[in-house]
Amino acid sequence: MSAFLTLLKRDILLAAREGGALGTALGFYLIVVALMPLGLGPDLNLLARIAAGVLWIALLLAALLSLPRIFEVDHDDGSLELMAMGPLPLEAVAAAKSLAHWITTGIPLALLAPVLGILLNLDLAAYPILVATMLAGTPAISFLGAIGAALTLRTRRGGLLLALLVLPLYVPTLIFGISAISAALMGPSGSEAAFLILCAISLASVVLGPLAAAAALRVQVQ
Amino acid sequence: MQLIAENLSVARGARLVVAGISFGLKTGEVLQLTGPNGAGKTTLIRAVAGFLPLAGGALRVEGGPDDVPIAEQCHYVGHLNGVKAKQTVAENLTFWADYLRGGRRGDRARVDRALDAFGLTSLAGIAAGYLSAGQKRRVGLARLLVADRPIWLLDEPTVSLDAASTGILARLIETHVSAGGIVMAATHIPLGVSSPQELRLGGAAA
Repeated sequence: MSAFLTLLKRDILLAAREGGALGTALGFYLIVVALMPLGLGPDLNLLARIAAGVLWIALLLAALLSLPRIFEVDHDDGSLELMAMGPLPLEAVAAAKSLAHWITTGIPLALLAPVLGILLNLDLAAYPILVATMLAGTPAISFLGAIGAALTLRTRRGGLLLALLVLPLYVPTLIFGISAISAALMGPSGSEAAFLILCAISLASVVLGPLAAAAALRVQVQ
Repeated sequence: MQLIAENLSVARGARLVVAGISFGLKTGEVLQLTGPNGAGKTTLIRAVAGFLPLAGGALRVEGGPDDVPIAEQCHYVGHLNGVKAKQTVAENLTFWADYLRGGRRGDRARVDRALDAFGLTSLAGIAAGYLSAGQKRRVGLARLLVADRPIWLLDEPTVSLDAASTGILARLIETHVSAGGIVMAATHIPLGVSSPQELRLGGAAA
């Protein structure tokens, strides 16, 4: 088993043992989506029209809450500097930790989305493509988010700064995630192009995110 | 093998904290860094560990593997212990054993020996968050034994250790250098090892 898998396994086990981070993110997602019908009124047609957008935006915000944890604990207890001296380059460390974040936060949020779709009267035909776009789009959230998490590591109350840095990076994912869903509702084959671009954004993030995050981490361990 | 620093300078911000330090440490030698607070002991050790860029001079290891960076030939024990509160003592050490050795598994005997060396065997199954400061320190130091690295960089390793544990550490340092290792330690109190070299930082200027 390589050092990469050792680190990935430890991060997943620690996230499962702490539990609180995932619970908070899922709870936040539920609350934000549940508030929408209360604020907008019980107009089912209106809710159905905005459902995909609300589910995506709320997912971004819920994921944002959990981003600082990617590096924070390891930085605070000194593990991060020991990892920097280990056999893995920091790029691989950042990739392993981003992947662990996707598995422990991104996937559960994506799987909760269809349940919350019921609250917003989401069109039945949109459920498969909703889950597909979220599973394909959430890696970008974790891997791009790692850049912001690494940059704000030593900032006190860096959460707000993290949101300012990271949310603009999520714009392409949001646009193509939602347009894939809208296109699927228009016709049977319309969503393919938007979905493939969404996948391309995620793949690019998986490559570029760890490179940028590692550069930030090198400064942080000084 | 030999750890050589030539005219080493390290800056923190605009201030040159370590300026023009030279030393050569051969296999079997212990270097004790002393000096008042702020003299640059931690800075020098962190520069050798590869965290801080060198402002000048050169650092090299002779007689070691050429393709391995200096940082990967070093163990570093700093002010933080790198101990996860939610994991048990044994899980903490097993992770570092696997991780530092490139993900190779199965060396539980080695982790057990490291636990035993620092008197942690009875605490092995306890979550590290419940340990006292000195016990956590012992877990951090036990990491030195779970993976083979020739150079030990210790930054005030005896902080919060009791007298017995300090003695254990001194014996382990002697065992390590007699087996061909190199130890560089910043400390305010003598480590209790026989015939260490001493490098005093900031003494002349202060």
